[in-house]
Amino acid sequence: MKKFLTAILFAPLLAFAAGTELHLDRAPDKANDMAALQHGAKIFVNYCLNCHSASYMRYNRLKDIGLSDAQVKDNLLFTAEKVGEPMKIAMQRADAKVWFGAAPPDLTVIARARASEFGSGADWLYTYLRGFYRDENRPTGWNNVVFENVGMPHALWELQGDQIMGADHKLKLVKAGKLKPQEFDAAVGDLVAYLKYMGEPMAEFRKQLGVIVLVFLAVIFVFAYALKREYWKDIH
Amino acid sequence: MSKVNAILQGTLNWVDERFPLTSNWKAHLSEYYAPKNFNFWYFFGSLAMLVLVIQIVTGIVLTMHFKPDASLNASGVPVAFASVEYIMRDVPWGWLIRYMHSTGASAFFVVVYMHMFRGMLYGSYRKPRELIWIFGMIIFLALMAEAFFGYLLPWGQMSFWGAQVIVNLFSAIPLIGPDLSIWLRGDYVVGDATLNRFFAFHVIAVPLVLLGLVAAHILALHEVGSNNPDGVEIKKKKDANGVPLDGIPFHPYYSVKDIVGVVVFLMVFSVIVFFMPEFGGYFLEYNNFFPADPLVTPPHIAPVWYFTPYYSILRAVTYPLFGIDAKFWGVVAMGASTLIIALLPWLDRSPVKSIRYRGPLYKGFLTAFIISFFILGYLGMLGPTPARTIVAQICSVIYFAFFLLMPIYSSLDKCQPEPDRVTSK
Repeated sequence: MKKFLTAILFAPLLAFAAGTELHLDRAPDKANDMAALQHGAKIFVNYCLNCHSASYMRYNRLKDIGLSDAQVKDNLLFTAEKVGEPMKIAMQRADAKVWFGAAPPDLTVIARARASEFGSGADWLYTYLRGFYRDENRPTGWNNVVFENVGMPHALWELQGDQIMGADHKLKLVKAGKLKPQEFDAAVGDLVAYLKYMGEPMAEFRKQLGVIVLVFLAVIFVFAYALKREYWKDIH
Repeated sequence: MSKVNAILQGTLNWVDERFPLTSNWKAHLSEYYAPKNFNFWYFFGSLAMLVLVIQIVTGIVLTMHFKPDASLNASGVPVAFASVEYIMRDVPWGWLIRYMHSTGASAFFVVVYMHMFRGMLYGSYRKPRELIWIFGMIIFLALMAEAFFGYLLPWGQMSFWGAQVIVNLFSAIPLIGPDLSIWLRGDYVVGDATLNRFFAFHVIAVPLVLLGLVAAHILALHEVGSNNPDGVEIKKKKDANGVPLDGIPFHPYYSVKDIVGVVVFLMVFSVIVFFMPEFGGYFLEYNNFFPADPLVTPPHIAPVWYFTPYYSILRAVTYPLFGIDAKFWGVVAMGASTLIIALLPWLDRSPVKSIRYRGPLYKGFLTAFIISFFILGYLGMLGPTPARTIVAQICSVIYFAFFLLMPIYSSLDKCQPEPDRVTSK
């Protein structure tokens, strides 16, 4: 019986060995770095928010990351009239489908959707946005290391420059962009931090509130337990 | 003060002449005698009630803002999906209500599984509590239906494809299957009609059934009285007033004790709601943050964790039989795996109820069953491979053997004698 139990206990280990690995670089954690988040928002609005909407995200929500309505209006408000509007785009989805093969997805919660057992959604995006390389077989001239045959061309190309896929399956920078490699990684880190924030804008507040709720419940527990002890002292 | 008391007493008398208020208070709380030796496992009944209340209250608020509409908005996002994000962002405290509801769904299954396991540990389903067990099993089935219908509503990729897979299972039934699955969906694929009818089932039909069944479950319990970790009937030894010697009034003793359980539960619940609402993709699946897309099939469709043991059993059946597709027999096995639990009162032939006095055979079979249940649950989250299918088949056989062989091993087992009265620990 015992042998049998051990066998069924360990059999699954063999069963779970298979499966494809996806290697992801770890995105830097900038959740509380307001300057990085604001820089990320700027990159997002300038480079992403032409084809991709973020239609559940209102511009004035950016006060979470330290931007006033006036700052948003003066620097970021390209696709809307009022700061209370969501981040929508002018491009028609039907046109986009013809141009890119698929309409670019809404990016509001992309950082949550791209999470997997291989890493967080931020890790995926951080790897993806730095993983474009030249591929003449693709209609856009670009391919990607984590999103094979991706429909999107390299939107940050002028910042990063051109990469090619070497024979050793490693990326090589063959033409420099406006930013040095370290600067580009830092900029993508900021953008990804922003995307992560946008996926769940209340995330930091949620954690702060959680601490207060747990402290409150701990106090209630002391009283609840004392009450129970008092009532039960005569029960043997 | 005495004047206030007189007015209150007068009001109570007025009500009691018209409605059985005091008598019900006594019958179900202040003079309902529960065994004094309840342990950790006995918290989960009241916790299940708490979670039911949490789900109903948060559900009502969500219903005020959710839109069961599969059409695409101007940004190309389904209205239902966008309305969930609207709740998460623009409705004041909407994110908290939504996370409580999504965490509550998983919490419901955690406490109900613990509650059912308690019943198996201490033989709570045995005579005279067979009907309590039957009502409980129907509650469990209704709860699975409720969770299944609710999971479609956020209209993400997993919502859509999960519903597609499950509804397609019905098409495996010979003759009527294909028409039945169209009738269930209201369309040839999961679509707006499906979303609207699942919404109706989720917010009104199944909750009504659940509430009625919970009332029946508790009324039946209070008719026969609670079992306890020793599995002996406290009603056999009563004092001169007819009060069980080992019984204590539910209120105040168990009401104050359950408050402690409630607070501890809320602490665990809060840790998830506030610090890990996705629970690593188990409570909120990552892929469900992609809006439903009928044209893009996800590479791997996994049900939520509480369905995975039965899903594994479904997939473990790979042999066609009597000229009917293996898929049909998988559906039969899956259905049987949930229904067979209801037969426990009649499968168990042991002279004792509680695990404390049972012999090694039952303990061995129960351990193997629980391990198989966990392995099946784990496998159900993963894509199938030949090796995994074999493991799932072995575990499925153990799962059913636990029930089907029970009449034999439970009567052969070397049990210890039960005590006359409950023991203190």
